[in-house]
Amino acid sequence: MIRVELIQMLRRPRTWITIAALNVLPLVVAILLSVTELGPRPGTGPPFLAAVLSDGSLYPLAAMGIVLPLFLPIAVAVVGGDAIAGEAQTGTLRYLLVRPVRRGHLLIAKLVSVVAFVLLAVVAVAVAGLVEGQLLLGRTQVGGVVSISGTDLDTQALVQRSLLAVAYVTLSMLGVAAVALFFSTLTDSAIAAALGTVGVLIASTVLLGLDAAESLRPFLPTRYWLSFVDLFRDPIRWTEVVRGVLTQASYLVVFLAAAWASFATKDVKS
Amino acid sequence: MIRTHGLTKRFGRVRAVDDVDLDVREGDVYGFLGANGSGKTTTVRMLLGLVLATSGDIEVLGRRMPRSARDVLPSVGALIEGPGAYPHLSGRANLATVDAAGPGRRAGRRRVAETLEQVGLDPADRRPVRAYSLGMRQRLGLASALLRRPPLLMLDEPTNGLDPQGIREMRDLLVTLNREGTTIFLSSHLLAEIEQMCTRVGVLDRGRLVVQDELTTLTGPTGLVRVVTTEPARAVQVLSSAGHRDVRPEGETVLVPGRSAEVNETLVRAGVPVAEVGPQRRSLEDVVLEATDPGVFRGAGAA
Repeated sequence: MIRVELIQMLRRPRTWITIAALNVLPLVVAILLSVTELGPRPGTGPPFLAAVLSDGSLYPLAAMGIVLPLFLPIAVAVVGGDAIAGEAQTGTLRYLLVRPVRRGHLLIAKLVSVVAFVLLAVVAVAVAGLVEGQLLLGRTQVGGVVSISGTDLDTQALVQRSLLAVAYVTLSMLGVAAVALFFSTLTDSAIAAALGTVGVLIASTVLLGLDAAESLRPFLPTRYWLSFVDLFRDPIRWTEVVRGVLTQASYLVVFLAAAWASFATKDVKS
Repeated sequence: MIRTHGLTKRFGRVRAVDDVDLDVREGDVYGFLGANGSGKTTTVRMLLGLVLATSGDIEVLGRRMPRSARDVLPSVGALIEGPGAYPHLSGRANLATVDAAGPGRRAGRRRVAETLEQVGLDPADRRPVRAYSLGMRQRLGLASALLRRPPLLMLDEPTNGLDPQGIREMRDLLVTLNREGTTIFLSSHLLAEIEQMCTRVGVLDRGRLVVQDELTTLTGPTGLVRVVTTEPARAVQVLSSAGHRDVRPEGETVLVPGRSAEVNETLVRAGVPVAEVGPQRRSLEDVVLEATDPGVFRGAGAA
């Protein structure tokens, strides 16, 4: 079932259209920066963006920073919300279940396919960022890239840390994916499931900016999203990265369990 | 092949299916008849484990459902409330995808092509299902049910969206399959469809199974002789004086207990013109109307 689901995901035009759409904004930003040479002042704007004018090899990270807070989670909400509800809408859910595919297997296969989609999207954004950085923005300076802490990173270290960042960004989407999957089992409308997930994310973002919600902050799914920046400090600051992974893992466990509980005993009437 | 005992499904306070004891035997073409909303689809979904029963037992192919779903369902082909297909894939790719999702050996490319041809679709058609007509989708749904040559078919409203020609092809196909040993459980709200194909009939009325019997028994002779004559009044008089009791005139027809030949002889001897004479048979429509709430099936016979 997992294999079938992955092939289905790769075969859908939607997958590729979404990934292409995700890459539009970083491309526009790269073009604007290269034409105007007006970068944000250091310390403002999306992470790394201040540095890319002089050093294009950091642009993959800047591009991830651009899509991560909004576009990527929306894409995950749409794909995840479609997982079960979309099958219900096309009428294929009942045929999969009587084939028979176990309900638990179907959920896992859907989760794996959403995660694979996120990985594909993040890698696409990073690779596109790399190309854009090389073509449009500053070339790597002799002596390697400067880390956020001010020390030099050689190419090998940069590649390693970039791969870590890709992995971390992918993991950051696990929580969204699980919430979307849960909503997807509750309704037969893929749009409703996606919007519900986006609603949760907006709520989390609003609470994050509210001082009165201080005590809730560590538990919000969006809290540690941008902590992948810490992977480029020297030495790497792991605290928030680890917390971020643990937060996502908790959301994954709770909402996947909820999804299973709601789906395993559900009357499939679609 | 299918047995249920006390099968009941409640949605809130509504009993959608109420204490149903189905008995579908091997080799049957079982017609499951009921008006829209009578609980047919809910019953079919419970048999397949999609909807969970509130109470009661289900046995399909000799195994308990939904507990043995993994063992039972690979041997069941189903078409449930219309076909379902991925709109961006071709018919062929749709069949292959759903087939690959389940357990067991895959049906090969040849089997997929063969099944598509069997239901009247072109295996070389590469258009996505999005471009299919309703009738083509229905055929694809049937192909999906037939793909693994299951010994039991459960078809819910299989002729939906088909034109008269398509309905006829579907009927011929199902009759052939049944002759080759496939048991068919067919649900429909169309009396004519059931009457033309089925060997056994179950009638569901507001969630309750009100009739379940062989079609030939249900529509067998009633023991009355039906006479059509231009002089019904005189026919009644002649038959009564000849010793027949309970002679009932109904317009130009007269119903009388007895045997056709005797009744005919009596009338002809007395010079009563006889246009038609023969044993009265009940139609399936009569059976259904008698067993169900009048009005529920209004119009269904004509449809």
